[in-house]
Amino acid sequence: MTHRVLSHLERLEGEAIHILREVAGQCTNPALLFSGGKDSVVLLRLAEKAFRPGRFPFPLVHIDTGHNYAEVIDFRDRRAAELGEKLIVRTLDESIAKGRIVLRSATESRNRHQSVTLLDTVEEFEFDALIGGARRDEEKARAKERVFSFRDEFGQWDPKNQRPELWNLYNARIHKGEHMRAFPISNWTELDVWQYIAEEGLELPEIYFAHEREVVELPGGALLPVTDLTPIPAGKSSVRRSVRFRTVGDISCTAPVLSEARTVEDIIKETATTEITERGATRLDDQTSEASMEQRKKEGYF
Amino acid sequence: MEKQITPQRHQGHEGAPRKEQEKDKEAFLGASLVPSSLGGGIPDNGLLRFITCGSVDDGKSTLIGRLLYDSKAILADAMDALAKSSRKRGLEEVDLSLLTDGLSAEREQGITIDVAYRYFSTGTRKYILADAPGHEQYTRNMVTGASTADLAIVLIDARKGVLPQTRRHTTLAHLMGLRHIVVAVNKMDLVDYDQAVFSTIQAQVGAFASKLGIPQLHFIPLSALKGDMVVDRGERLDWYQGPTLMELLESIELDSSEQDQPFRFPVQLVCRPRTEELIDYRGYQGRVESGRIKPGDAITVQPSGARSRVRRIELYGKELPEAVAGQSVTLLLEDEVDISRGDLIASAEHAPVPTRSLTATLAWLGEKPLSSTGRLVLRHGTREVRTKVGEIESRLDLEALEPVPVEDVAMNDIVTVTLKLQGPIAPDAHTVLRSGGSFILIDEATHNTVAAGLVLEPEYL
Repeated sequence: MTHRVLSHLERLEGEAIHILREVAGQCTNPALLFSGGKDSVVLLRLAEKAFRPGRFPFPLVHIDTGHNYAEVIDFRDRRAAELGEKLIVRTLDESIAKGRIVLRSATESRNRHQSVTLLDTVEEFEFDALIGGARRDEEKARAKERVFSFRDEFGQWDPKNQRPELWNLYNARIHKGEHMRAFPISNWTELDVWQYIAEEGLELPEIYFAHEREVVELPGGALLPVTDLTPIPAGKSSVRRSVRFRTVGDISCTAPVLSEARTVEDIIKETATTEITERGATRLDDQTSEASMEQRKKEGYF
Repeated sequence: MEKQITPQRHQGHEGAPRKEQEKDKEAFLGASLVPSSLGGGIPDNGLLRFITCGSVDDGKSTLIGRLLYDSKAILADAMDALAKSSRKRGLEEVDLSLLTDGLSAEREQGITIDVAYRYFSTGTRKYILADAPGHEQYTRNMVTGASTADLAIVLIDARKGVLPQTRRHTTLAHLMGLRHIVVAVNKMDLVDYDQAVFSTIQAQVGAFASKLGIPQLHFIPLSALKGDMVVDRGERLDWYQGPTLMELLESIELDSSEQDQPFRFPVQLVCRPRTEELIDYRGYQGRVESGRIKPGDAITVQPSGARSRVRRIELYGKELPEAVAGQSVTLLLEDEVDISRGDLIASAEHAPVPTRSLTATLAWLGEKPLSSTGRLVLRHGTREVRTKVGEIESRLDLEALEPVPVEDVAMNDIVTVTLKLQGPIAPDAHTVLRSGGSFILIDEATHNTVAAGLVLEPEYL
């Protein structure tokens, strides 16, 4: 009998759709985190493949730091509208107004504080599962996480004591007040994501593609985008460069990289030959210490 | 600030960028590139998942570091970070084990607690590597990593030979259904690359493997530290004619034989949109766990035994001529049959038989022994039923590799038991079908997964 060897993307897709359907089958009140970033754009296409012609069995949720690029927020709203699915947005500004978050300075990065708003949102809607686009190849603490990852009633991850996870028999059972995080694209790499975007012809916010932008070149090579939130530091000057974003998050901690890649094909070539890891050049939040992501994850961060 | 957005609201925005995107895609796919998956026109030789295991200090982390380093999968900034961490720890050379020990507790203690997953590709194939902990107390994390792997690399320190953990991990890799086991005899540099040492270990492992009924093993002598026989051959192991570890990983046949196995499709969800156009639509959503299915094929639904034929196979509105193991699809049937989540759609010719009792092997992963766990739920495919352990027949003694009598079941024990089920499931023997023959046990009191189960004797048509 002739065999059809599934391509690696077909395998990853089959696995991701199965995971999404398991969340829907086992959890009573899940939600899918959608930021407008490339990984969550891929998640939405996988959700379409998992559930169409039916509706998504969950709303989309975005925790908005208030410090996102406007084109990404526009894209987020438009994409949710095209899909005809419900989008819930909760903002850090609301949490700050309620005194749930206290910033030490107006310009402090809001990235880490997202955990507070996220966990408050979980309580508000009594979500028992959050689906996210985190990938194990992004970061070394994420490399250790289960596909179905348990959170206690305080929203905490206990990396030293994770549930065994066998075959594809996921166990999403929890007690009231606890919740699950589910990561359908755990096993995808940055390159897989771009190849899938190409194969599926997925639309992305424009800042993923090379464009001219005013930036400050920091020692060590990082590029600081010049925005209202991140003005030119004293004693520095800005330059215009052709750049793109490899990851898209809070403005205060996401930096672009030099790039001429204006199409998905260009980005695939660039990604396949890069010398720098995805978060290495671009996420200022991960570089504080060896364990910064692990620490944030323990606190409830995605 | 809750938004209920209707599809109409923003439709004006949709046209232009979409078209652009489509054009990009056409250009991308048209430009002499196979729509494949490694991009850049490289043929796609599939995805291989493997696990590295063995005892503590057998050099797993160094081997992984060597594989990634020599196959150029460690990027420059990651290498810099590694050098920095190594210096911080007062090490003179870069410690490649820091690559996979991702938790602070692991780095503090210099041990691996949980599985770390790494991703790389070489030439034409993509790899997912699960680095398993060697300590006995973290065996359940090794089992987690093994359960989704196609191949296991069991490391042995050439100076120490076969250790208890070597036997445990080889046994578990075999039990969890891994079809390829590679025995990598590491640290050959420390035994002067002596062929006799390698041959002795080969004989030792061969002896216990045949006791366990493992059909085939691959043996490779190597030095992860010096880089011999990992990616490059080196010059010090001339007496060994076989492939390097990387050559083996590149050439091993991926398991497409699962497509020849009987069709199994555990139903995850029933899709009933109930909109005007789709008033009668009833799609069964799931993943093909084994075999293949085409429209027209006869199916049996278990445990009810209802029969029908496949009318249509869909994925995202597109009709597929066939679906094979590994694909998640939606099936539409010719007849209206009562099917819900938890049911199994199987090939009518080779349907498994529903049963309420089983003999099974359990790998006990719970911290508490069987006697002090709560009520147990068995999960097979998408079906959950309450279960009770009838008889504990024996425990596998990992020294003698023989069954011994046993009273209770403790963590890391491998036991044979009989199970009574509150409702029927339709399993396969795990030696025949990896997916149809596996299940988990969940403690209803704690909701923890406490055992990996393998069906030994179902009734099978």
